[in-house]
Amino acid sequence: MNIHEYQAKEIFRAEGIPIPPGEIATTPAEAEAIAKKLGGTVVVKAQVHAGGRGKAGGVKLAKTPAEAREVAEKILRLHIKDLPVQKVLVTPAADIASEAYVGIIVDRARKKAVFMVSAAGGIDIEEVAAKTPEKIMYLPVDGRYGLMDFQAQQMGFFLYKDAKQARAAAKIMGQLYKAFMKSGASLAEINPLVVTPDGDVLALDAKMVIDDNELDRHPEIAKLRDESAEEKSEVLARNANLTFIKLDGNVGCVVNGAGLAMATMDLVKYYGGEPANFLDIGGSSNPEKVVNALKIITADPSVKAILFNIFGGITRTDDVANGIVTATKQNPLKVPIVIRLTGTNEEIAMKILQENGFSASSDMDEAVKKAVELATKGGKAA
Amino acid sequence: MSIFIDKNTTVIVQGITGRDGSFHTRQMMEYGTKIVAGVTPGKGGQKFEGTVPIFNTVAEAMAATNANTSVIYVPPMYAADAMLEAADAGVKFIVAITEGVPVLDMTRVYPFVKEKGARLLGPNCPGLITPGQSKVGIIPGRICTPGPVGVVSRSGTLTYEIVYQLTRAGVGQTTCVGIGGDPINGTNFIDCLEAFERDPNTKAVCMMGEIGGTDEQEAAAFVKQHMKKPVVGFIAGQTAPPGRRMGHAGAIISGSSGTAAEKLEAFAAAGMGVAKRPLDFVELIKARLK
Repeated sequence: MNIHEYQAKEIFRAEGIPIPPGEIATTPAEAEAIAKKLGGTVVVKAQVHAGGRGKAGGVKLAKTPAEAREVAEKILRLHIKDLPVQKVLVTPAADIASEAYVGIIVDRARKKAVFMVSAAGGIDIEEVAAKTPEKIMYLPVDGRYGLMDFQAQQMGFFLYKDAKQARAAAKIMGQLYKAFMKSGASLAEINPLVVTPDGDVLALDAKMVIDDNELDRHPEIAKLRDESAEEKSEVLARNANLTFIKLDGNVGCVVNGAGLAMATMDLVKYYGGEPANFLDIGGSSNPEKVVNALKIITADPSVKAILFNIFGGITRTDDVANGIVTATKQNPLKVPIVIRLTGTNEEIAMKILQENGFSASSDMDEAVKKAVELATKGGKAA
Repeated sequence: MSIFIDKNTTVIVQGITGRDGSFHTRQMMEYGTKIVAGVTPGKGGQKFEGTVPIFNTVAEAMAATNANTSVIYVPPMYAADAMLEAADAGVKFIVAITEGVPVLDMTRVYPFVKEKGARLLGPNCPGLITPGQSKVGIIPGRICTPGPVGVVSRSGTLTYEIVYQLTRAGVGQTTCVGIGGDPINGTNFIDCLEAFERDPNTKAVCMMGEIGGTDEQEAAAFVKQHMKKPVVGFIAGQTAPPGRRMGHAGAIISGSSGTAAEKLEAFAAAGMGVAKRPLDFVELIKARLK
């Protein structure tokens, strides 16, 4: 789950990381009022779940409250990577002597949380990694012991020669690690971490991604989700416990398991069709999940045929069959449906489908071919 | 012969009384797996299906049965602790089926299990099956048949698909292993390839990967350097748009690393057979068994 910069900053602040004050505005007038209160030059920053905000014109300096109003008005009208900007953060502009990058990510290769720090901050860290890898220090943390003080010091001195600044940075590393662990994050980032002309070390930006699997454990973090900042169909699917991603084709796919779902999309393409979506109903599916899946798929007008591909292991195919029957009774289908299912409780599932006038096959290639054919030629229902 | 499990494998089920745990324990017992104990805290002293003793802790279950394997069906928030408990009790092979285990939990579990000298498979995996002998996990038994092909996959249902197609074509399997799609898992492709290379009954290997990460590229390098047996590979997500998550935490394309094209190239460069779709495995494997 993504959270906004201002939310991540609040989490960081709670651990003691020095961050300049700032407030959220949803209208230009609010932005002006906050700028007046803060005094001096401010930065107005779009709060949106997309990278490259600066390049898209979503971050602007304003010397006066009136100017803050003007730039806020422009930014609040922006769409960055298709997502509308609904909030801006207004914060004092800091004088900057140097910029560094600090991040923690879970690294699948090392099987640990790993710090990445670099004195070459403020720009794209991926570019630094590609062009000048020696400018990045990687520090894996053993999850059993946590970040040790000497490790935090190593990173502090890697960034700064000045001992006072190095120690200040080391303290921030410890606080960032705590914020990362406490929130169940998979990424926490400060870019840039700056030194001011007076020698103070400050975090000017904050980014956090939360591991969805942690949300049950952290209701206070789960509450930070901003559904208005996410793709609508994907919100709907998530609330129904489905994983859904909208694509451009016309074959609506309902599959169990991410691997098989991707392989099904690949096969749709192999036979000359285009998948309309990725949809994984997951394991332990109950009939209601299938009902919701069909609702989401049939809401897409570009879908010309629906393809079910279910291989039952932990998913019981009779649950899926019951779901199809219930869903189509509630909302009769306007497009043809091709059902392929096999595996756990297959005989019961086939019987349920036949009794309700559906036909189903147990062969994947056959089913995909048929669905592609129906979607492209607009044939009759199965 | 087989890898990791055979007819002598003795299994403790952690979470034996839950919805998924009880359903799949029955399925495992029907298949012939030797289920020797179950663990559900608070239900110690009871019996599952009137035959399998239930204990409150894995340590008690181990003291009574000395099983060599455990399988975990407990809910995601407790799954990491269940893995730690099994490793601490001396279980040597731990199969974690649970989906949705927080990845930070796994950063603690992985080194602990290693230190105890145990092997972990999963989490978020379908487990494994040695056809005709034993299954541990949730892979449907009837889609498998004994034979000379080793199968290893990052996905659950895609594994079933390919195993089923092999079986229908009369190509049996030594062992089918689902390693799971989570970012941090206990057993990777190379562990399985190494085991299949050593297993005298395995004559060829099918490997199913996904987009995201570099595990498949590393596995391809291993095949090139260390394997005499033929390997056929497939990558799911060839048509996935870049930068989107497709359900599995593992299925993320980050930068240029982890695309299907890159992985398929690595397979070809390692002299592996490359399946364009699941059905292709059948002919490619048959040709390599001759």
